[in-house]
Amino acid sequence: MSILIDEKTKVIVQGFTGQIGTFHSRDMIGYGTNIVGGVTPGKGGTRYLDRPVFDTVKDAVAETGADSSIIFIPPPFAADGIMEAADAGIKYCVCITDGIPAHDMIRVKRYMRRYRVEDKMLLTGPNCAGTISPSKAMLGIMPGHIYIPGRVGVIGRSGTLGYEAASQMKALGIGVSTSVGIGGDPINGSSFKDHLVRFEEDPDTDAVVMIGEIGGPQEAEAAEFYRDNMKKPVIGYIAGLTAPKGKRMGHAGAIISAFGESAAEKVEILQECGVTIVPRPSEFGNTVKAVLDGETT
Amino acid sequence: MEIHEYQAKEILTDFGVPIPRGGLAYSPEQAVYRSHEIGGDAWVVKAQIHSGGRGKAGGIKFCRDDEEIWAAADELLGKRLITNQTGSAGKIIHRLYVEEAREIANEYYIGFVLDRQKERISIVASSEGGIEIEDIASEKPDSLIRVTVEPAVGMQPFQAREIAFKLGIDKALSSQAITTLLGCYRAFRDLDATMVEINPLVVTTDNHLLALDAKMGFDDNALFRRPNISELRDKSQEDPREMKAADRGLSYVGLQGNIGCIINGAGLAMATMDMIKHAGGEPANFLDIGGGASPDRVAKAINLILADKNVRAVLVNIFAGINRCDWVAEGIVQALGKIELTLPFVVRLSGTNMEEGREILKNSGLPIIMAGTLQEAADRAVTAWQDYEKDQGQE
Repeated sequence: MSILIDEKTKVIVQGFTGQIGTFHSRDMIGYGTNIVGGVTPGKGGTRYLDRPVFDTVKDAVAETGADSSIIFIPPPFAADGIMEAADAGIKYCVCITDGIPAHDMIRVKRYMRRYRVEDKMLLTGPNCAGTISPSKAMLGIMPGHIYIPGRVGVIGRSGTLGYEAASQMKALGIGVSTSVGIGGDPINGSSFKDHLVRFEEDPDTDAVVMIGEIGGPQEAEAAEFYRDNMKKPVIGYIAGLTAPKGKRMGHAGAIISAFGESAAEKVEILQECGVTIVPRPSEFGNTVKAVLDGETT
Repeated sequence: MEIHEYQAKEILTDFGVPIPRGGLAYSPEQAVYRSHEIGGDAWVVKAQIHSGGRGKAGGIKFCRDDEEIWAAADELLGKRLITNQTGSAGKIIHRLYVEEAREIANEYYIGFVLDRQKERISIVASSEGGIEIEDIASEKPDSLIRVTVEPAVGMQPFQAREIAFKLGIDKALSSQAITTLLGCYRAFRDLDATMVEINPLVVTTDNHLLALDAKMGFDDNALFRRPNISELRDKSQEDPREMKAADRGLSYVGLQGNIGCIINGAGLAMATMDMIKHAGGEPANFLDIGGGASPDRVAKAINLILADKNVRAVLVNIFAGINRCDWVAEGIVQALGKIELTLPFVVRLSGTNMEEGREILKNSGLPIIMAGTLQEAADRAVTAWQDYEKDQGQE
């Protein structure tokens, strides 16, 4: 099993016919993802990549029964696209778009609260590489071949650092149940904690790797959740040891602006909560292996 | 994006926030002229730089006559002011703000922030104004008042009243205080701000409420719809290396070390810098070439790094997903083919088309040090840098 997505997940692509949407849709279809159609306002009724195109997400859901969506809409319009998906009854949405204004995300988060728990959409991202359940389905822009199926869950902010971790694990024969990108923005759809909850409940995940970075309170919140509620081991890394205070390190959210937001402070919080720390980013594979082999706890 | 104090005050006054009379000056003559326009018998001459802590660093001068204003302006203009926030390079003073000096009875702090925990706009206020918020938080945490805004309806007058009364502002001034708080909120919301800070907000001895200092920051991601804010950008306040990089579409942060870094992805970039540190070196910069980087973009990144005099070795670390290692390799050959490379240059290529990329570098005949893993890449870069420094020392 896996969390969030598998081979049965019916996916529509928002921003289907754009350049980026096209490129990654081909890739996802090639990986075996069940892409059932796409949405590009104004192109409804046509076909693209051998799949139907719709004007609205509601039309797409009504026709295809899609339960998930992936968004490649440009930043000025992406928040609108997320809310459209939530309103159309999409259950899981991955937003890849980098550069959405923070005030738009405040509105999105507020908007999504209007639905009852059972009707509420789960959002991962924006500004993420997406989610993959290896050999089942890929909703994202990652190179699928660096992941092998297995029993370790991965949650990360950064795309490429996640690839680094996955390839180190692959080199040691360690596979992934699901890898979830939560994105590098200051206000995101869901947090580390939100997915730790799912991995803890997933019978086919034995351990979770959490790849965090400087800025924001979410890593600390996740560590406290682990301490109080989890039985499965969590392995953590925080990027940005050399990052100076007050400077944005690429990601809109990677900025140290308050106490507890630096890499050293976060590592300390994680350690206090009992999370196994990856000492250096070259040690993802070895640390996960040691934990799985029961050499550390 | 940050702006100057005088710019923040111009914005906030349009939203109903009361500010002292003041004017901008680019020369001592203008500073004196401004003081005559403003009137009164005492003024402050304030250095306009993108940093807090200006007062302690000597960037704010109290003056009583023309000579003092002239002298203050003459001293400050063109100077690099080093505050506790600027780093050792300081920030250059090109503009001064001349303001009427007012006698202060009470100082308060009000700050509006993008609260990442609550995912809303939050307001922090304190009756202990005039010192930095970090110090208020550590020394007088009980004085902090926190209010969070419900995004669907915005900040409500009752929330402003609660803050004003808790601050203990004179009841005769409470309607002004409420206007000020609601004005700051509207400016924050309407202009895509990430921060609005008034420190101090003061009550003068003649019982006026005024924003003596003001600071605003804006969301870079929202500048596409805020051309009026983009116009306020002052490039002289930015690290020239960072400015050059931004103009080339690269995400860059200058640091103090001497191993130049060229990486794809913000997280991997930070992690690679961490690796350099663990291996005994110090990174000269953060640089993310982004996704789908063309050979041209890679070449630009390399030229940017090599132009930095602090750089004594270069590490390129690519884990290509939507990038292509062969394009990165072509960019490297394009940049290095045109110059005589004297610095050690370490490259690690992994992911999409890595074999093709490595082949291109091998066939180029360039003296590139290849690395297979992240560990090797960091170790080789640091060792090569140390050897280079030794060689330079012997010559």
